[in-house]
Amino acid sequence: MVFLPINISACANIERAICSGVCHYLPMALQMPKSLKPDTPGVTLRPRGRESLVAPIEAVRMDKTADATAEPGSLPQRLAIDVRNVSLTFETADGKVDALSNVSLQVADGEFVSFIGPSGCGKTTMLRVIADLQQPTAGTLLVNGMTAEQARLARRYGYVFQAPALFPWRTIEKNLKLPLEVMGFSDSEQRQRAARYLALVNLTGFERKFPWQLSGGMQQRVSIARALSFDPALLLMDEPFGALDEIVRDHLNEQLLQLWDKTGKTVLFVTHSIPEAVFLSSKIVVMSPRPGRIIDIIDCDFPRDRTLEIRETPEFLKIAQRVRVGLRAGHSYDE
Amino acid sequence: MTSSTFALPASAAGALRHHPLVVRYAPIVTIVLALIAIWYVAAVMMNLSLVRGGFEREETPYTVSELIAGTMSAERPLLPAPHQVIAAFVDSVFGYAPTAPRSLVYHSTVTLSATLLGFVLGALFGIGLALMIVHSRVLEKSLLPWIICSQMVPILALAPIFIVVLGAIGLQGLLPKSIISAYLCFFPITIGMVKGFTAPDPMQLDLMRTWSATPRQVLAKLRWPAAVPYLFASLKVAITISLIGAIVAELPTGAEAGIGARLLAGSYYGQTIQIWAALLASAVLASGLIGLVDMTERVVGLQMGARP
Repeated sequence: MVFLPINISACANIERAICSGVCHYLPMALQMPKSLKPDTPGVTLRPRGRESLVAPIEAVRMDKTADATAEPGSLPQRLAIDVRNVSLTFETADGKVDALSNVSLQVADGEFVSFIGPSGCGKTTMLRVIADLQQPTAGTLLVNGMTAEQARLARRYGYVFQAPALFPWRTIEKNLKLPLEVMGFSDSEQRQRAARYLALVNLTGFERKFPWQLSGGMQQRVSIARALSFDPALLLMDEPFGALDEIVRDHLNEQLLQLWDKTGKTVLFVTHSIPEAVFLSSKIVVMSPRPGRIIDIIDCDFPRDRTLEIRETPEFLKIAQRVRVGLRAGHSYDE
Repeated sequence: MTSSTFALPASAAGALRHHPLVVRYAPIVTIVLALIAIWYVAAVMMNLSLVRGGFEREETPYTVSELIAGTMSAERPLLPAPHQVIAAFVDSVFGYAPTAPRSLVYHSTVTLSATLLGFVLGALFGIGLALMIVHSRVLEKSLLPWIICSQMVPILALAPIFIVVLGAIGLQGLLPKSIISAYLCFFPITIGMVKGFTAPDPMQLDLMRTWSATPRQVLAKLRWPAAVPYLFASLKVAITISLIGAIVAELPTGAEAGIGARLLAGSYYGQTIQIWAALLASAVLASGLIGLVDMTERVVGLQMGARP
């Protein structure tokens, strides 16, 4: 269990391309998803310490039954997300809108995947489909080996929205306890978890405050703590830092990265920002609008304990450049 | 408003104009004084021919000042002067034992108990209807037209029917009055609470869904607290309406007690001062009730993290 295997051949190619310094845009607009099917099992062995992940999970997890990802037998081939040929069409007054068109994506356990693309490219829809907040019109979708609805009913993921969406009539502590109340945790467990996750986002001491007494960044941290409080293996984040200023954003990015490193959760992260995507991710999914589709998937192999300084390195700029090229290609497709 | 309330600086009227007490109360006091002045003028003008007729019938000579004094002290004036109304009000509130049939306190308690019972019934009914409407599209379509229709029929026409029908099935006294009052006051509560229950942000509803909360949990932990501001806004409207309902319900019964009965008796016997005193009593009751709802709203608001 030293290695985390990724069974995606295309990504292996991309990795090689990056490693060998060849960095040009690969015109794989719609072929890409097909080549992602794991029936061509090209396995990359990534020397990323799985052990270093496992220990913190054990430390953080209180309720082992709430987390089924720890079955030892199923670890090596484990896919957190398995999306195949998913399409979603909205019927609007102006006719049909293809929010997602034949999208396929596999995400291994413990990855940090960013979705980037212009408005209307379906990145938020993608997240909502995975969260079972919207149902695809075609295709199959597995979350932790379950259907999206089963995963939602089993409370397997935490969702962080663009806005903190705190409940204004509840104190910070009670906001944190809300999902725990809904899920029927015991009183003492609720108190312990609220304290622990407030400490995790550096907000100890704000228990009795109401949301309006906190700044926007603090509120968003509370909402992240709330999503983590029931210890889901999967974290879905929809532009959580979109409304924050650059400095707060950098700070929260670092904190989020540490959190991911510490807990080993799988994170799906929607963003508009290229530096943010490259800095945070182990994999970047570039999307394009009308119809919403994946046009590139880029692996991003910085160490898990990366710092903000890596943003000045040539490797970072190279990946950012490739994301930018992909985004531009998606746009020109439109014209 | 940081300066001390009672520190009057030696320098002049300019400072007085900005004194906190003046800033706060001057507009209200001005309006009240103007209204009282207008009232006195109106009382003189309306009662003038009545008083002059009285003097002429008795063939006594009179002066203008006697005439004006007469307009303000007539026993059954067309429009009683403010001081007459207040004197009658004070007399009938403090002049009798609270259980005496001439005491306004007694009549007010009778009306108040019907009002409060009607208000509670109406609030429960209104909230229940709102819950049904929010949770079922079918019910929304089938109930809402009837709810709106119910408010189009004048209550003065409906009240006697209610009293007769309820009397026929053996309901008398407090309950029929409360039912009429509830019939009037449930409407703003239903409308307000439908709005309130649908007030939560789509994001908050999505959150509850991601936690796979049951409909009951969504109601208790999200829809209900989100509706509280709407609840208090509609309660404030409803409580005055339920007071009006209770008073109106006292009219057709020929009830012997209650503010409505007092108004009716006053108009039978031309006791205008008594009518005005009863009106004053209902105004005092109404503002007291609104004040009560207001205070509850503030206390609840503090507990629910409202900004002070």
